[in-house]
Amino acid sequence: MRRVTMAPVTRTEEPTTTAVVERRVRRHRTGAVVAGVAGGVAEHLGVPVLRVRVVFTLLCALGGAGVLAYGALWVCCPIEPVGVEREVDDRDRVRGFGLVALGLALGLVLSAVGDQISGWILGPLGIALVGAAVVWREADSDGSKRGAGRLGRPRLVAGRGGILRAILGALLVAGGIGAFLIGSADVGAVQFGLLAATATFVGVVVLTVPWWMRLARELTEERRERIRSEERAEIAAHLHDSVLQTLALIQRHTEVAGDETAREVRRLARRQERELRDWLYRESDDEGVPEATCFGTALRAAAGEVEDTFAVSVAPVIVGEAAFDVRTAALVAAAREAMTNAAKHAGVDEISVYAECEDGTVSVFVRDRGKGFEPDAVPDDRHGLADSVRARVERHGGTVRLRTALGEGTEVGLTMPRTERPSEVA
Amino acid sequence: MTSPTEDTARVFIVDDHALFRRGVRAELEGPGARGVTVVGEAGSVGEAVAGIGHYRPDVVLLDVHMPDGGGAAVLARTRTEYPDVVFLALSVSDAAEDVISVIRAGARGYVTKTISGRDLADAVVRVKAGDPVFSPRLAGFVLDAFADRPGAAPPVDPEVDQLTRRERDVLRLLARGYAYKEIAAELVISVKTVETHVSSVLRKTQSSNRHELSRWATDRRLV
Repeated sequence: MRRVTMAPVTRTEEPTTTAVVERRVRRHRTGAVVAGVAGGVAEHLGVPVLRVRVVFTLLCALGGAGVLAYGALWVCCPIEPVGVEREVDDRDRVRGFGLVALGLALGLVLSAVGDQISGWILGPLGIALVGAAVVWREADSDGSKRGAGRLGRPRLVAGRGGILRAILGALLVAGGIGAFLIGSADVGAVQFGLLAATATFVGVVVLTVPWWMRLARELTEERRERIRSEERAEIAAHLHDSVLQTLALIQRHTEVAGDETAREVRRLARRQERELRDWLYRESDDEGVPEATCFGTALRAAAGEVEDTFAVSVAPVIVGEAAFDVRTAALVAAAREAMTNAAKHAGVDEISVYAECEDGTVSVFVRDRGKGFEPDAVPDDRHGLADSVRARVERHGGTVRLRTALGEGTEVGLTMPRTERPSEVA
Repeated sequence: MTSPTEDTARVFIVDDHALFRRGVRAELEGPGARGVTVVGEAGSVGEAVAGIGHYRPDVVLLDVHMPDGGGAAVLARTRTEYPDVVFLALSVSDAAEDVISVIRAGARGYVTKTISGRDLADAVVRVKAGDPVFSPRLAGFVLDAFADRPGAAPPVDPEVDQLTRRERDVLRLLARGYAYKEIAAELVISVKTVETHVSSVLRKTQSSNRHELSRWATDRRLV
């Protein structure tokens, strides 16, 4: 064999899986100053992060719009998954902190000149906002640690420092709200209000106890279910690898030895392989999948039966999917007949079956590389192809094409118009 | 590369099952299969990377599933360094995502482990000569992935996201179990043209961003 220079197509670099970019802002974990919003936006727009931060800072001057915008993005944008690595310039972070301070100062100073909102923001509500920001950050950073241990119990906060920060944040929020209330109403009203609020809160908690219990139970149940399905997947992967390997090995070895026992062993191995595969790749994991709800399943089952009965290998390749109705049922029956014919008469070990479901039609091709025959020379008492295949298909408006010649193998092509489009089938 | 004769394909077998490696080796070196010598074998990704670097084989028979990362990991660590080495995936799995992901990682063909020794030797010689090896099943998956179904995402780049009518015809015949020569006769084109079409389909499968292909690829990466 001559050495042929490989076509340059092999060097189309790196299949571009990375180009599948999700068009969505994701907050950055690394290099975040407050919550990674600016970083995410910068990456999304493809501009330097410093520029985004400057814009946010300037927006703060417009009556605190920058703070609002940042907060809204914080709430709306999910954080990026764990494990994204990127270069972080430390100077960028320092500048970021500077800009945060500048932005807050700008917002407060400028709004102080104008209206009374500034009074609230400067005072108690401002403190509450800072507290909320601290707690939110803590909730974010916890996510990264949770991802590390696969089955680690999800926690709201991580580590002693985290708890400390969360408490500090909660205190700030409570203090801010309290100060706001005390500042804006007289003491008696506040006392009554606090009492009423506490009472209501306790009442609500007591009333919803069963609901909380159920929620907790469901959470545990869900977690257990997840572990179970992970285990099942692991077992499946193991079975898949070792058992299918062994079955493949048996088939290969028995192919070399050609006697009757070997044939039988191969048949068993193929059957086991098919059953295991069916179980592993079953589309839905519900128990009791209804028999042959779609054309592909029915054709695969038919191929499996022929394989079992005649100890040949029939590997159907199916493209697309169609509903299993009167017409496709007739098509499957005809295809099974064609496979049986090939298994019986062609004298081969392997039959190719290809099915394609197109918009208007469903086609099946059954092909063998066996003896072939002269269609005209088939004795009249052998009705296999004529009756079972042709009549079945033509009764439902389909067509049969037969291609064969002595020594050339046989191909039966069956085409059936579709009853309806798949999207209309419930 | 210093192969003893330019005519034999020098094959390296990567599979974590020693028994299976031995079986394949016996078949490829047996009397039925000519034109193939097995130069070495490996049972893990690390061994495979070292072995491929040492032997510089023509063709690597690559198991898709291995405990430490599998065929895709071997491809990722050797393909850029040894661009002349051709990879042929050999697997018990016929799940679409396995087939498609190993092709997208750079394998030039995919055959199942139940293939007979003679057919395997043929496939090795074919990939060595630069032709992709499309089993009927692989052809079916690719047709499925490129199908224009209602609801499918529109192609991003028509150049790589769509198959030409001719490429589709060739794939259909491959899925029906036709050999290149038979396809050429059926479509009244030369075998060389068939090979060109198949290579182009392989290239598109490897680089297309079609929704289905990307989904398989990304699912794979996340698992």
